[in-house]
Amino acid sequence: MTATVYIPADAGALSVGAGEVAAAVAAEAARRGVALRLVRNGSRGAYWLEPLVEVVTPAGRCAYGPVSAADVSSLFAADFLNGGAHPLALGLTDAIPWLKGQQRLTFERVGIVDPASLADYLQHGGYRGLTRALALAPTEVVQTLTASGLRGRGGAAFPTGIKWKTVLEQPVTQKYVTCNADEGDSGTFADRMLMEGDPFSLIEGMTIAAIAVGATSGYIYLRAEYPHAAVALRSAIAAAYQGQYLGADVAGSGRRFDLEVRLGAGAYICGEETSMLESLEGKRGEIRVRPPLPAIKGLFGQPTIVNNVVTLASVPWILARGADAYANFGMGKSRGTLPIQLAGNIRRGGLVERAFGLSLRELLYDYGGGSASGRPIRAVQVGGPLGAYIPPAHFDTAVDYEALTGIGAMLGHGGIVVFDDSVDMARMARYAMEFCAIESCGKCTPCRIGSTRGMEVIDRILAGVDGERNVRLLEELCETMVQGSLCGLGGMAPFPVQSALKHFREDFRARV
Amino acid sequence: METLPPAETAVVRRIVAEHKGRPGPLLEVLHAIQSALGFVPAAAVPVVAEGLNLSRAEVHGVVTFYHYFRHSPPGRHTVSLCQAESCQSMGAQALTAHARRRLGIDFHQTTADGEFSLEPIYCLGNCACSPAAMIDGRLYGRVTREAFDALIAENSLPP
Repeated sequence: MTATVYIPADAGALSVGAGEVAAAVAAEAARRGVALRLVRNGSRGAYWLEPLVEVVTPAGRCAYGPVSAADVSSLFAADFLNGGAHPLALGLTDAIPWLKGQQRLTFERVGIVDPASLADYLQHGGYRGLTRALALAPTEVVQTLTASGLRGRGGAAFPTGIKWKTVLEQPVTQKYVTCNADEGDSGTFADRMLMEGDPFSLIEGMTIAAIAVGATSGYIYLRAEYPHAAVALRSAIAAAYQGQYLGADVAGSGRRFDLEVRLGAGAYICGEETSMLESLEGKRGEIRVRPPLPAIKGLFGQPTIVNNVVTLASVPWILARGADAYANFGMGKSRGTLPIQLAGNIRRGGLVERAFGLSLRELLYDYGGGSASGRPIRAVQVGGPLGAYIPPAHFDTAVDYEALTGIGAMLGHGGIVVFDDSVDMARMARYAMEFCAIESCGKCTPCRIGSTRGMEVIDRILAGVDGERNVRLLEELCETMVQGSLCGLGGMAPFPVQSALKHFREDFRARV
Repeated sequence: METLPPAETAVVRRIVAEHKGRPGPLLEVLHAIQSALGFVPAAAVPVVAEGLNLSRAEVHGVVTFYHYFRHSPPGRHTVSLCQAESCQSMGAQALTAHARRRLGIDFHQTTADGEFSLEPIYCLGNCACSPAAMIDGRLYGRVTREAFDALIAENSLPP
């Protein structure tokens, strides 16, 4: 019997040698005259175990990791193709505690399937959501989304069903579905993993959206920093056209939906939805003043759905299993699951999909195993470069939109960046202003000028010039940016600064 | 203003013609130009503007808005080092300082022999394997100074 071996082609796994491992496995198999089927899957998300090699055995998939190319001949010698014992053996993949306790809904196929294979997608429950959607009236599809409680996973957490309803109700013929795949927040990689590991689920989610609101054309706005995702998406889109899941007659429904990938060009601001629309139109990514909302006047002036990758990729699951099944996960107004990304100085980093409600402490210590450096964790930044720094005193806070807002933080796209006690929070505050200055689109003054002045004021504080007065000035400047900026970049860039001043003031005092 | 050499003008005109009929084509056109020529020459701006019926100012505005578009030819290899928070938490600043010393250049510069360009980048989505770098589109994670030196040595070999 031909053994089946899974080695991820996920960019993160490749970055730590999965490509070299796959080549070594193929070469060693050829040398030994062993026939094997090598599948390049997505990552399971346990990046601390990458490159993770899996082999199919009668008991299930067995894992070995982290494997380097130098380990390959000893793996063959240990008969790993039959699940043989080896120092890198981790047992059954599904029984690895870090993975076992997760609730993978949106990521149910990521790391499991061959992302390049439409047949594999169908075999693992793909396109059941679309089949269901085609049997429903558009208003029923939208109602299902509303009832599921799904909120935008890009960061704004706006109820998806309500957004879709607005687009559905616009009495025009040309509408668009766009996917915001400009995942620019440091500490986030859920979108990337999903696009590389299960691209068809995003395509299906967008197709359902199109059917629901009556759109015939869609765009995935993908950041240029994700070349591997671009390849995976384009190949999956081509396969979906081939299989007639895209094009003039979607799944035999007589409905048309065309989809293409458009690349961004390294502008963080294009993750803001109106800026993304400008960029898709081929213009400078300057934000638009709202209203009108994109749902009413979006891409090329037409009603447009703008949703994040994880949001859209959650739609097929919700349609296939029902709104209640999804809403049964979670707490309060945060329903369903969230793919949380553990990043930075963390021992066991990666993607943890769980229902809303577990605490930061569980994530950092039970899943994460503490810092990678072994030093105490001093701060975590949740929600990307515009998110607040949270001190250990708040680590019992639940991962939930409202609970984090309650401590002056925000969940955003669910990325958690961990810092140990060597971090200098005044420097991190300066970086927040610097990043805003680099990435500001320039349209409004508080953001464009405020960020540069903010950097200068922090430099003066760090240099010990008139410290107390400059700290007060910085606090006022932050307030002006929060109140006066047109969008979330200038409006939230002060959050990390304010939280650093609030929780880690000693780092500023040291220089006063 | 400098004019584009005839061969490059032909390339740019072909790219414009290919994309012209598509909705909002300018970014796609600029990506294609950078793929073909390695950067977006200032002298390409009027050619693009004419082809897409835009003003030169509009095209120039777009080229300069996006960090990804280069205004000068890159070195034979482009080394991008992530500067964002996650990578900072794992020593990106020290790695960056090391890279500057090793290559003898600062960000946005190219080595005198034309081998390496060094660029900052803000998140490569590899935050569970920080610090991250990208060399010619290949992603690297958990990059130590030693690993960086090995990658530079590997890429310095004659082709």
